[in-house]
Amino acid sequence: MSEVLVQRPTVRGGVGESVPRPDAVPKVTGRFDFLGDLHAEGMVWGATRRAWLPRARLVRVDVTPALTMRGVHAALTQDDVPGHRYQGQKVTDQPVLAEGEVRTWGEPVAVVAADDPETARRAADAIIVELDELEPLTDLDEALARGSVFRHVRVRRGDPDARGEVVVEDTYTTATQDPAALGTEAGLAVPDGLGGLDLWGPTQWTHVDRTQLAACLGLSPEQVRVQPCRLGGAFGSREDLSLQTHLGMLALRLGRPVKMVYDRTESFVGHVKRHGARMRYRHEADRAGRLVRVEAQLLLDGGPYELTSSAVVANSSYFALGPYRCQRVEVDGYALRTNNPPSGAMRGFGANQPCFAAEAQMDRLAEALGLDPLELRLRNAIGPGDHLATTGQLIEHPLPTAEVIRSVAAIPLPDALAPADDDPRRLPGGTGLTTPRDRVVRGVGYAVGLKNLQFSEGFDDYAEARVELTAEGARVHTAAIEVGQGMVTIIAQVVRSTLGVSQVEVAFDHTGRIGSAGSTSASRQTQMAGNAALEAATVVRTQALERLGGDHLDDAGVWRGEQLLAPLAELVADGPIEHHVRYRHRPTQQPDADGQGALHVDFCVAAHRAVVDVDPDLGLVRVVEIAIAQDVGRALNPQQLHGQIEGGIAQGMGHAIMEEVVLDAGVIRNASFTDYLLPTCLDAPEVEAVLVEQPSPWGPFGAKGMAELPTMSATPAVVAAVRAATGRALTRAPVRPEDVVGDLR
Amino acid sequence: MIVTLEVNGEPCAAEVAGFESLLWVLRERLGLTGAKDACLQGECGSCSVLLDGEVVCACLVLAADAEGARVTTVEGLAGGSEGELHLVQQAFVDAGAVQCGFCTPGLIVAAAHLLETRPGAGDAEVREALSGNLCRCTGYGAILRAVARAQSQATQGGAP
Repeated sequence: MSEVLVQRPTVRGGVGESVPRPDAVPKVTGRFDFLGDLHAEGMVWGATRRAWLPRARLVRVDVTPALTMRGVHAALTQDDVPGHRYQGQKVTDQPVLAEGEVRTWGEPVAVVAADDPETARRAADAIIVELDELEPLTDLDEALARGSVFRHVRVRRGDPDARGEVVVEDTYTTATQDPAALGTEAGLAVPDGLGGLDLWGPTQWTHVDRTQLAACLGLSPEQVRVQPCRLGGAFGSREDLSLQTHLGMLALRLGRPVKMVYDRTESFVGHVKRHGARMRYRHEADRAGRLVRVEAQLLLDGGPYELTSSAVVANSSYFALGPYRCQRVEVDGYALRTNNPPSGAMRGFGANQPCFAAEAQMDRLAEALGLDPLELRLRNAIGPGDHLATTGQLIEHPLPTAEVIRSVAAIPLPDALAPADDDPRRLPGGTGLTTPRDRVVRGVGYAVGLKNLQFSEGFDDYAEARVELTAEGARVHTAAIEVGQGMVTIIAQVVRSTLGVSQVEVAFDHTGRIGSAGSTSASRQTQMAGNAALEAATVVRTQALERLGGDHLDDAGVWRGEQLLAPLAELVADGPIEHHVRYRHRPTQQPDADGQGALHVDFCVAAHRAVVDVDPDLGLVRVVEIAIAQDVGRALNPQQLHGQIEGGIAQGMGHAIMEEVVLDAGVIRNASFTDYLLPTCLDAPEVEAVLVEQPSPWGPFGAKGMAELPTMSATPAVVAAVRAATGRALTRAPVRPEDVVGDLR
Repeated sequence: MIVTLEVNGEPCAAEVAGFESLLWVLRERLGLTGAKDACLQGECGSCSVLLDGEVVCACLVLAADAEGARVTTVEGLAGGSEGELHLVQQAFVDAGAVQCGFCTPGLIVAAAHLLETRPGAGDAEVREALSGNLCRCTGYGAILRAVARAQSQATQGGAP
C-alpha cells in the first residue's frame, strides 16, 4: 500500500471539470420519472382527510360514508396504524393520523384509497369528522412564557463583566418560509406479497425513513425497502415524513399498490418549513470597533411536533453572531411548540434567521461607530487559530472570512440605472408600469454568513459507499439521495479522478442493499458520500494494480510505465474488484451546560453584496445584482457550483422581499403559488460570483460542502440594501411594501 | 366522452371525463408524463405544452376543449428518434440549466416556442417570456444562458 494516489490529469470527466449531469438528458426529454410519474400494475390512489382548525379536540371520526362509495377500497384512521402510532426523526411525538387532539391546521385525520384520485378525494371529504375548537397557541413569547419549549440552547462564553461603550439593540423578525420544491409530495407503496413492501416517497435520507416506517407499520426494517427517489427538489422539506406511513398503511391493508400525490395547497401543509423567528439582540463594541458583548434571545416557531427543531435551534444559537470574534456571548435559543405549521429543515438549517438579525446589528454598530460596515466586519473576522465566539471551538481548518469580505467588495458595482432606461422590466414596478424612472432609488448592502458543515453535537455521522470495477468501468453504490443538487455528478468525478477510469456510473440503492449514507442535508454529501466513494475507489485501484504489479490504471486497463499489462476485461475476468467503505468524519463533542465544546467538524463562510432599486412611493423592490464570494474549499465542478450559488441566492432574496407563509391564528392564508410568491425569471438578479479556494484538508480533493451559504446571507444583504435606499430600519424579513411606505417607526 | 387529438404527430383518442384536464389525459391516459403538475393553477408553467402551436398550461385546458387539436409535449419536441435532442434541450444540458429537473420540461417547451417565434429576443424579452415558468433550483441564471446559447446556435443555422 505504499503506492500513493496518482491523479491522472488525462481522465475525462474528473474533478475540476464542469461535467454535465448524467441525468440531464432524460430530464430535458421528459423521460426522467419523478415520484409522481411512477406507476404500478393494479394500483389504487390515496387521498388524505385533513383538519380545518389549527387546534381542536377530535370528537369523532366516522369513515363509513367513504367506505360505502363505489370505487373506494379502504378508509383508515389512527386506530388502524399497525405498529407504533407516533413518528418523528428524533422524538416520536407526531401521530401518524390525528389522535385525541388536532394540533395544526391541515393535520391528517384519515386516509382513503380508491380507484382514481377524484373518487379518493370525494371519499376523503365524505368522512365525518367532528372537531371541538380549542384556542391555538401561535405567539412565540406566549409559548415561551408557558414553557412550551422543545429545546433551550444556552450559550455562555467569556468574561461576564465585559462591556462595550457603543451599544445597539433591537428585535428582529423573520417570517416562515416555504421550501416550495417544485415537485409536490408524491409516492408509491408496493406490497411484496411476503408481508413487507417497497416504498418510493419524498426523502433526503432513506434509512431514517425506514426506521420510522418499520416501527409504525409493525414490520422489521428488512421488510421495508425504502427506494431511492427521484425528487423535484427538497431544500430540507423532505427530511421528515409526509405521506409515506399513510401509503404503507393503505398498501398493507389492501395488498395492492397505492399511489398518492399532493396538490400544491396540500403540499403547503404537508411538508416542513423554515422556522419563523423573533430575535432580540444587543451588541456592544469598544470605540475601536471590536465586538465586546453580544446578547441574543432567539425564539423559533417549531409548530406542534419536534421533528428537527431541536437541532435547528442549536444551529441558530451557535451561529447567533456570525463569523466574528467577541469577548462575551450570551445566547438563549428556544425551539417553541405552537399550533402553527410544523417547521423543520430548510437550506441553512437555523443559521439563516440569526444571520438576518446579527448582520443588521453589525450595520447599525458600524453606523454608530462611524465605520465602514465592511471595515467593522474585517476588524472582527474569525479565521484559523481563532475560537468560535459562541462555543469556543478552535478553528483548525481554512475559514477565509476576511478573504470573502475583501473579494466581494472587489467585484465592480453594476452600472447605475441609465436615466433613459424606462424599460419597465428593469424597474421595480415591472410590467405593472407603476414606477416612474425618476423615482427609483438605489441601495447597496452587505452581509456575511457562517455555517457548520455535516452533523454536529456528537452525532455518529457516517456515509457508506461501495465501488465495483468491472470490464465496463466503475460503478459506485450509495443510498445517498440526489435531490437535484448534483451529487450524482460529483461522486462520479471523484471516482474518475481516483481510479483513472472515465466510465463511472452512480447506482442509487434501496435500504436493503447498502447501509446509510446519512442525509442529503447539512451541506454533507460532497464530503461524506464523496469521501466514502473516494476511499472505496482508492482501495479498488490499489487492488487492481497489485493484482498485476501495475503502476497506473485507465480506460484501457492496467499499465506499468508505457506497457499495457491487461485490459480491464482481463483484469476482472474472475469477477469485479470491489470495496465497501463506511466513512466517518472526526467525532464532534456534545455541548456542556454553557454550550461549549468542539461541537462541529468544519465551517463555511460566504459574503454577499446586494444592489437594489426601490420605488419608495409604492414600496416595491427590484434586486438588480447580487455579488457573492463563496468559500468552496476546491471547485470540483465550477458550473454546478455556480448553479448552487445562483439558486441559493434566489431563495435568499425571495425571503428578503416576497416569500412569506402568511399565518393568521395558525391558518395559512396563502397556500398556493398564486398567493405565495416565488421569484420568477423577471425577479432574478444578475449574479456575480467569486469562488474562494482554500482546500479543505479532509474534503475529497479539497472540496467543501457549500450549498447552504448562498441562501443564508443573501437575505440580510438584500434587506440591508433596501435600508440603504430608504433609510428605514426594516427589522423584518421579508420586507413588505407597507414597511417601506408606511409611517417611519 | 371520447376526445381525439394529435399528440406529437400521432393521432390519439382518449376516454375522458368532463372535468379532466389536458394535462391529466396526457399524463394518465396517454402515458406522457413529461409535462408536470407542480401547481395545477396555471402559475408555475411546469405543464407547458404547445396547443396548435401556442404555449399553454395543460392543467388549465379542459381535455374536451382539445378535441381536434395538435399538441406537442416535451417528449415530441425533438421530433426524431429518442436519442435526438432539440437545440434548446442540448443547450439546457450544456449550460447546466438542469438541477432537479421538475421545471425543465415546461421551460424547454416555452423556450423552444420563444426561439421559433421571436428568435432575436433580448434579455428582458426572454425573461418576460419565461416568467410564467417557475424554477426553484437554479435561480434562472443557467436557464438564461442556455436560451442565449440556443439563440446564438439557431442564428448560426447550425444544429447543436
